[in-house]
Amino acid sequence: MRFDTVIIGGGLAGLTAGISLQEAGRKVAIVSAGQNAMHFFSGNFEDAGPVRDRVAALFAAAGVRTNATDGLQLMAMGKFKNVSLTLEDVTVFPDEHIAEKVLLVNFAGYHDFFGTFIAETLENLGISCRIRFVRLAEMESLRTSPSEMRSVNIARMMDEYWEKVVTDIRVLHKDEDLILLPQVFGLKDAAVLDKIRKALPARVAFVGTMPPSVPGIRTQMLLKHRFEVLGGTFLMGDEVTSAALHEGIISSITTRNLDTVRLFADHFIIATGGFFSKGLVSTPTQVYEPLIGLDMDYSEDRNAWYNEEFFESQPYMNFGVKTDAELHPFKDGEPIRNMYAIGSILGNTRKEDFGTAAGLAIRTAFAAADAIKGGNV
Amino acid sequence: MKPQEHTASAHNFEECMKCTICTAYCPVVPVNPRYPGPKQAGPDGERLRLKDPYFFNQALKYCLNCKRCEVVCPSGVNVADIIQSARIKYGKEQPKLRDWMLANTDFMGHLARPFAPIVNGVTGLGVTKTVLDATLAIDKHRTFPKYSYKSFEGWLKRRSKEQAKFEKQVAYYHGCYVNYNNPQLGRDFVKVMNALGYGVQLLDHEKCCGVALIANGMSQKATKNAVHNVKALQKAVDAGLKVLTTSSTCTMTIREEYPGLLQVDNSGVRDSILLATRFIWQLLESGQAQLKFKKDYHARIAYHIPCHLEKLGWGIFSTELLKMIPGVEFTLLDSNCCGISGTYGFKKENYEASQAIGKPLFDQIKSVNPDFVACDCETCKWQLEMSTDYAVKHPITILAEALEY
Repeated sequence: MRFDTVIIGGGLAGLTAGISLQEAGRKVAIVSAGQNAMHFFSGNFEDAGPVRDRVAALFAAAGVRTNATDGLQLMAMGKFKNVSLTLEDVTVFPDEHIAEKVLLVNFAGYHDFFGTFIAETLENLGISCRIRFVRLAEMESLRTSPSEMRSVNIARMMDEYWEKVVTDIRVLHKDEDLILLPQVFGLKDAAVLDKIRKALPARVAFVGTMPPSVPGIRTQMLLKHRFEVLGGTFLMGDEVTSAALHEGIISSITTRNLDTVRLFADHFIIATGGFFSKGLVSTPTQVYEPLIGLDMDYSEDRNAWYNEEFFESQPYMNFGVKTDAELHPFKDGEPIRNMYAIGSILGNTRKEDFGTAAGLAIRTAFAAADAIKGGNV
Repeated sequence: MKPQEHTASAHNFEECMKCTICTAYCPVVPVNPRYPGPKQAGPDGERLRLKDPYFFNQALKYCLNCKRCEVVCPSGVNVADIIQSARIKYGKEQPKLRDWMLANTDFMGHLARPFAPIVNGVTGLGVTKTVLDATLAIDKHRTFPKYSYKSFEGWLKRRSKEQAKFEKQVAYYHGCYVNYNNPQLGRDFVKVMNALGYGVQLLDHEKCCGVALIANGMSQKATKNAVHNVKALQKAVDAGLKVLTTSSTCTMTIREEYPGLLQVDNSGVRDSILLATRFIWQLLESGQAQLKFKKDYHARIAYHIPCHLEKLGWGIFSTELLKMIPGVEFTLLDSNCCGISGTYGFKKENYEASQAIGKPLFDQIKSVNPDFVACDCETCKWQLEMSTDYAVKHPITILAEALEY
């Protein structure tokens, strides 16, 4: 089967590159071994600065609204983080004094949202924070099983019952000027966020929860839908088993499901993620890239992999595949001239050029897509 | 102490990192609060069951075995296999008469076929539906698939000489549905293969693949069928034949469930069992054969990918073939389980859940408003035709209809 570009990995980096190429009329296939780190997304496109407008435009066409405001995001564990581009779910505050008085509302029995940490941060800033719980009869069924009271399941119910929650919150509300809610709304459509904002008597901010991330899953589904509407081929649940590499050029790959039917392409992008997504694998003796055996940029001395101070920055976070200036990865010391490595598979190896995290994913995705559209092999 | 280099566990369950992505995509979780969800029913529950079988939970029967959890798992855990294996290993519930009837698709087909006009008339009656609902708990909203008066096997046997004249040959595993319910699909398949220059032959007596037996707690019978089928398939493979199929679920069962759930070794035949769409696409793509299509063919087609085809990863062959037909306006529907899952949706206790699972798909079909829906799965076809106003056609039937002769 022949494509212009085959992308290995269907997360934020792979989909952004795929959509960008499909928009330019290229024929693209994405091979995705299961879902990805988008399901843990905080909604903050850290380090996206230079491509802020491009991301916003590409996402808007997919139905994902973004918020390009410089400021602070209140994180799930009660810390503040600088942001310049976020999903619309994130409320961006100009500074830490987010309110005079805060009402923080959680669902009874939902343990993936840590109101007490957030309240502690706020109290330290001199902001009073009252924590209250809502309990809906309709949600009691979620409590029958230990795995049901999760963000995604609550979000599904909220599509139907959000007005009841709003009614309960109105009763709880006294004179607070800000109401904080967990990000468990709008699994398929973010419209419910605005409805809730309008229906409550104070400003509303949605704060991240423990995974899975409702805004992340929604974004993933909308981006995949956009890619397919543009004519892209998304091979879900398949994985690459081999690559035909000859003199620095990959001509085709094979996958587990398609076995003898090879995927041929002029260009390949590897966007298989970091340790979480198994784009990088570590054993007690080595760190490696499992699909092609790409050359790694890392220390072979295991003692240098980690910092014993757990909360300090960990050296292994910097490990990634080695690339040249154009993001071509290397195999046995030679660059692969028609392949690009993008996203978390780079670790922090290209931090100076492309930043980190979600910003790294989209900036390298655009760089690879642009290089391919420019026609240089 | 030597650190552990690799983990090896049944169905990869040790690889689970508790991310709950499977639960987020499970079609049953949102509609049935009695189902603990794939993470809890699968890898989490397996830890407990390994300690003590006491922890086996009857609610595992609510799993559709749609495999969506496996398709989305970022860690390569075969979640549905863990759940179904647990049902086989620890399940003690005896199948009810209703489950026995639903599961024995070949026996029931064999029995009903000679009386097809009567059976079809009777099962279609409102009063029969009410009786089935009350006595057997087969939901009254369901219409039983029609039985065909003449079997596909009989039809092809009568044409075996004419089929043998083709220099190139393939074998065909038609499955219960083509044999008893929709022989037209089998005839369409033969027409397309003949147009490609291939004669079609039957296997030396095939049996039901066993998917419904597994689902209804009759895994011993399923294993017997599997052993029989592997022998019959091996005979064809030894004769140098590829074995083509038109049912995505039978194909998934024979290729994946025989070794994965029933511990029946299919390694000698696995790579030779191919969906017809894949085989045909490869013939056309490589230029080994051509098809001539009608010049005035026109159809707006919306394609629904069955869960088991998504698990196989072969939906692309159906969509590429359909897009190849001149005059086709193609829309890919979002991947969403239709909710029937074989015999599951026919059961009274599952009816509401079944319809709720499929609702986003029904709604999308309505908004696309195609001439008809394309789908490779017989039970999806039943569900979509019962739940929408649109006809559902197999890609092979669409190819046959678009052929010039």
